[in-house]
Amino acid sequence: MIHTKKIFFFVTLVSLAFFPTFVAFGQSFAFLIPPSEFKAFDTPNDAGETVSLTWPVSPSDAADVFYVIYIDKDKNGSFEKEAFRIKSNTSYRTSVPEIYGYKKTNGNYHYVQVNPRKVLNGETLNKKQMYYFKLAMVAGDNKTFVDAIASARARGNWLHTKKINNFVIMIILSAIILYFIVHARRNPNMFLRKISGLDAVDEALGRATEMGKPVLFVHGLTGMGSISTIAATSILGRIARKIADYDANLQVVNNDPIVMSVSQEVVKESYLEAGRPDAYNPDNVFLVASEQFPYVAAVGGIMTREKPAANFFIGYFYAEALILAETGAATGAIQIAGTDAYTQVPFFITTCDYTLIGEELYAASAYLSREPMLMGTLRAQDVGKGLLIIILVLGTVMASFGLTFITRLFEAF
Amino acid sequence: MNFLKRTIPLIIAFVMGVLMAMQYFVPHKLSQDLLEVVSRWDRIIAGFAVFIGAYSLFHLHWTRIKRRVAGWGYSVFVYFGAIITLIFGLLNGGKFFWNDKQEGTMFDWLYYYIQVPAGATIFSILAFFIASAAYRTFRARTNESTVLLIAAIIVMLGRVPIGNYISQYIPVIADWIMAVPNLAAKRGILLGMSLGAVATSIKIIFGIERSYLGGGD
Repeated sequence: MIHTKKIFFFVTLVSLAFFPTFVAFGQSFAFLIPPSEFKAFDTPNDAGETVSLTWPVSPSDAADVFYVIYIDKDKNGSFEKEAFRIKSNTSYRTSVPEIYGYKKTNGNYHYVQVNPRKVLNGETLNKKQMYYFKLAMVAGDNKTFVDAIASARARGNWLHTKKINNFVIMIILSAIILYFIVHARRNPNMFLRKISGLDAVDEALGRATEMGKPVLFVHGLTGMGSISTIAATSILGRIARKIADYDANLQVVNNDPIVMSVSQEVVKESYLEAGRPDAYNPDNVFLVASEQFPYVAAVGGIMTREKPAANFFIGYFYAEALILAETGAATGAIQIAGTDAYTQVPFFITTCDYTLIGEELYAASAYLSREPMLMGTLRAQDVGKGLLIIILVLGTVMASFGLTFITRLFEAF
Repeated sequence: MNFLKRTIPLIIAFVMGVLMAMQYFVPHKLSQDLLEVVSRWDRIIAGFAVFIGAYSLFHLHWTRIKRRVAGWGYSVFVYFGAIITLIFGLLNGGKFFWNDKQEGTMFDWLYYYIQVPAGATIFSILAFFIASAAYRTFRARTNESTVLLIAAIIVMLGRVPIGNYISQYIPVIADWIMAVPNLAAKRGILLGMSLGAVATSIKIIFGIERSYLGGGD
């Protein structure tokens, strides 16, 4: 009897001890607590393809609990089409700072974007179609719907409001540049700091003329769409003009047919300007290869066979930079490089006699031509740099005191 | 003639320059479609330009062969390679060029077993060139090159396990060099470059820089 009582007491104790665990396990599937609200809105700053959906986190959120969003074109529809399914412990507002900023509460709300046209693929949809959404929590066989039905239209936006900061910066910089261009027309004797690489152009061309050897101009690998290639063709024009004056031989190697056509035209015009149209030979501006390493092999071959007296590497370069410049250095040529590919700058510095680093590439055309209007842009660049330095110092000081709004001001989305 | 060669290209450069700059700030579908159309035009023009490039290449090498200039034998190889590739490309593994491209044909073989290894060979030369360039640069002739030499040794050692064996501080100093002075210099160059790119774009859009059209004014 005493044993029976003991066993009963023990079983009761064990049952009481494990009761909360049974309840807790049972609750995760049996009692899903749906979010208190569910909202839909047109995704801001998009092409009009998506609708944004957001709802607060639920105490039932767990790795094995899912949120399922159903879509319909009719508010009283059947909502059978599943638009989105996510794990309930993923997708928060923190992933879209361009919409919600960096608030601490962003982690308390879920956020997803749905492309209704993609989901309702094949159906004829009006541009002003209103879409309706229902949110359900699903865990195993249990499914609980949120009472609210959210609705929104997907509309395209004409202005990306989060890029307004970029727009303002662009307008300010453009205004500064245009001001200095106008200013330079009135005051043509503007001081320009010395750029050794560009001062050495005359020296390199003079050397080639004296030696009776060609000058080799090597374009980078990017096409005419690249700003560095445009800058390179501008420099080519200035160099070709001087070469026409010196009566030296210029060879221009290209890897892009469009760049080649532009270069031919630029060189031809420069010879015309110099009054030496007879000296222009279109065969001296040619395409050697369109692929990176065949281009390197071909240009390296030209360097070793013809041993140009001066090599110009101007434009955007990749891994071929060092191979080209080192081959040129081995032939004993005077070498001037100019690139905005900052990863290749150290290689050019080590192997070339002079290197135009980054912005100097863009300044070269103005520096060589000494045209007042072009020189005005150089002064504007310096003013822009001054402004940037002030902002950087201010931002650093303010960030050190915990004021980060200046960082947010320049953020781009 | 001047109107066709100068004025019209300048108008096109202005209109397209402003349009594409504004396109960046307009997320609307019409704006995205415009970008797509312009990109497609770019690809079409590039497609036609291939013929100009091919003509230039073959004309250049034909002239070299004709004049027997130094290294004219390489020009023969250009023709040889182009003709062989063209023939196998047109044959398309016996299905001919009007059918979809076949896999595992002689055309693929030429690419995978000649062009790719040849390119890799040229690329591998880079390792030797880096060594020779490093030797020249790291000779401690001036104060600057001494600093460069010391920084380079620390960074190189910090990137390999032996650096950690020598001292646990070497990888830390290497990371600091890369994350602070190196990054600061890189950002300085990038800021200057971006300003230069904006200035060049404005010069082109407003027709101040015209040398890319040919001539200096």
